[in-house]
Amino acid sequence: MSPEVLAFSEEAQAELESILQAYPTKQACLLPVLHLVHREFGYISDPIAEAVAGLLEIPFAVAVEVLTFYTLFARRPQAKYVIQVCRGLSCALLGQEELLAYLKNRLKIKEGEMTPDGLFELKTVECLGGCGESPIVRINETYYELQTIDRLESTLKELSKGPKKGA
Amino acid sequence: MEKAIKILTQNFGLEDSHTLEAYTKTGGYQAVRKVLGKIAPEGVIEEVKRSNLRGLGGAGFPTGMKWSFISKPSKKPVYLLINGDEGEPGTFKDRTIMTRDPHRLIEGVLLASYALGAHTAYIYVRGEFTFCMEALGKAIAEAKEAGYLGKNILKSGFDLDVYIHPGAGAYICGEETALIESLEGKPGRPRNKPPFPAVVGAFGCPTIVNNVETIAHVPQILLNGAEWFAKIGSDRNGGTRLFSVSGHVKKPGVYELPMGTPLREILYEHAGGIIGDSPLKGVIPGGSSAPILRPEEVDVGMDFDQLAKIGSMGGSGGIIAMAEGTCMVWALHNLARFYAHESCGQCSPCREGTGWAEKVLRRIEGGHGTASDIELLEKIAKGMMTRTICPLADACALPILSYLKKYRDEFEAHVREKRCPVRPKRAA
Ligand SMILES: Cc1cc2nc3c(=O)[nH]c(=O)nc-3n(C[C@H](O)[C@H](O)[C@H](O)COP(=O)(O)O)c2cc1C
Ligand code: FES
Repeated sequence: MSPEVLAFSEEAQAELESILQAYPTKQACLLPVLHLVHREFGYISDPIAEAVAGLLEIPFAVAVEVLTFYTLFARRPQAKYVIQVCRGLSCALLGQEELLAYLKNRLKIKEGEMTPDGLFELKTVECLGGCGESPIVRINETYYELQTIDRLESTLKELSKGPKKGA
Repeated sequence: MEKAIKILTQNFGLEDSHTLEAYTKTGGYQAVRKVLGKIAPEGVIEEVKRSNLRGLGGAGFPTGMKWSFISKPSKKPVYLLINGDEGEPGTFKDRTIMTRDPHRLIEGVLLASYALGAHTAYIYVRGEFTFCMEALGKAIAEAKEAGYLGKNILKSGFDLDVYIHPGAGAYICGEETALIESLEGKPGRPRNKPPFPAVVGAFGCPTIVNNVETIAHVPQILLNGAEWFAKIGSDRNGGTRLFSVSGHVKKPGVYELPMGTPLREILYEHAGGIIGDSPLKGVIPGGSSAPILRPEEVDVGMDFDQLAKIGSMGGSGGIIAMAEGTCMVWALHNLARFYAHESCGQCSPCREGTGWAEKVLRRIEGGHGTASDIELLEKIAKGMMTRTICPLADACALPILSYLKKYRDEFEAHVREKRCPVRPKRAA
């Protein structure tokens, strides 16, 4: 266990303190702490999971079991933009399949893959709770509503223009 | 037109509806002033019982009755857990409360906690809804600052802390005992009942789980009285509810309407009718777990009891409309794939059943099914029911049986013609 793996920013440290006082058990802090380190590091590797387990005084195996049960935690570095196409029924009724086919073709990758330059990653996800504005595509934490091929294309162009690292 | 009754969405039109200022200007936190330390907790529970408020997360359980299951005085701390997991496909209503009127929810949490004797409440928000957590976080800070949360609230001697707990992308965590496991920092695997959460819930303590929308109704019930609320709704279904309307309608969105509003009115008046004025082919009335309705069934009144009476359910209030031209085998395959993906895997009838159903449906839809596949699907669905710890298996099986019953000819046509007769060209 090497807690020094968790070199937090000052802000993150303050957030950690407030998480720790919100629950009666340390294990209950696990999901919020995993979110916190995921935000800080972009993914959760074994050494990070081990450090979190140490911090919360729970077995490493428990941390990994939780980490892998939920779908929002990446285990390895991700692309700069993770494109999540909602495949729920309401989105499927309004053209999600066409959007996905377009993206695969445009980015020349399959679901679950990353473009060679590390800019985009393509995923399908279950209903995102935005079905009133279907079809929905989520990119990182941002919802893009009422998507069409044209709208997606201009978003992709916009994102491709940005600086490759940081913003 | 008669003036529409708005309870939960009355402030949505205001520019700053999410602020404490907007909420207090429009009567916000008045219920707390009226109730805290002035009406006994038992009196609050009685009022909620008489209002006919039903659980709006899915099951429609009478809220006041649920609250009365907490035995008092409790030697252990009591927890209130608010379900903002909003994962049922076709449902997108709790997010509107959390972002546009978070103080209504917080006041409801305060009143419910007072009634239950809870001093800690957690609002469980689905992980993707970072914008809801942000809005709630700000509102909680504002409420604390104004003395509506924390110690000795409004000098009543009552203390309450409210925290946000983030989910992390698992539909099953919306089920109340899985929600509790997830709160405790574990994988979201539902627990066997009994013991019920009201006896042994979060951290081994008595716990009540309620949906966001359910709790957001509480302030107005206590302010205007149970009779007022009960009268707005239909028989044994008090007040309004937020219907999430999506799919092939001209004006999809969230509509607040009295319980019992006819589905036809929701589809054709509020949601503007079907896209391109096509005929309706089928409609899911209460989230993806609800058995489907045919066009001739849309005169049903949208409340828990009337929908149960015709073999469907009110569920989460998510209405998904499908126009003529939609392949029902394809639609059902989409749902089965969802349940197979979201099964937590601990009960074999669910784990295996949802997986098989998905495979058989894929086969039929792709034109590779046989006549016996239709019977097989029926057998799989029947074998999944009432044999599992939680109702996720039933939530998959009941729709399957309803599609097979109501659109059987379409399944048979797929098998006979060895292709999809409805959408012959499919995207890659
Ligand atoms: C698989 C499954 C998923 C569920 N998802 C949700 C959900 O996302 N939100 C919710 O409020 N209730 C959900 N429920 C219902 C909860 O178990 C519970 O009945 C509800 O939160 C209780 O609150 P209420 O009485 O106010 O409706 C789900 C149930 C099941 C079986
Ligand atoms: S189906 Fe895509 S957001 Fe619900």
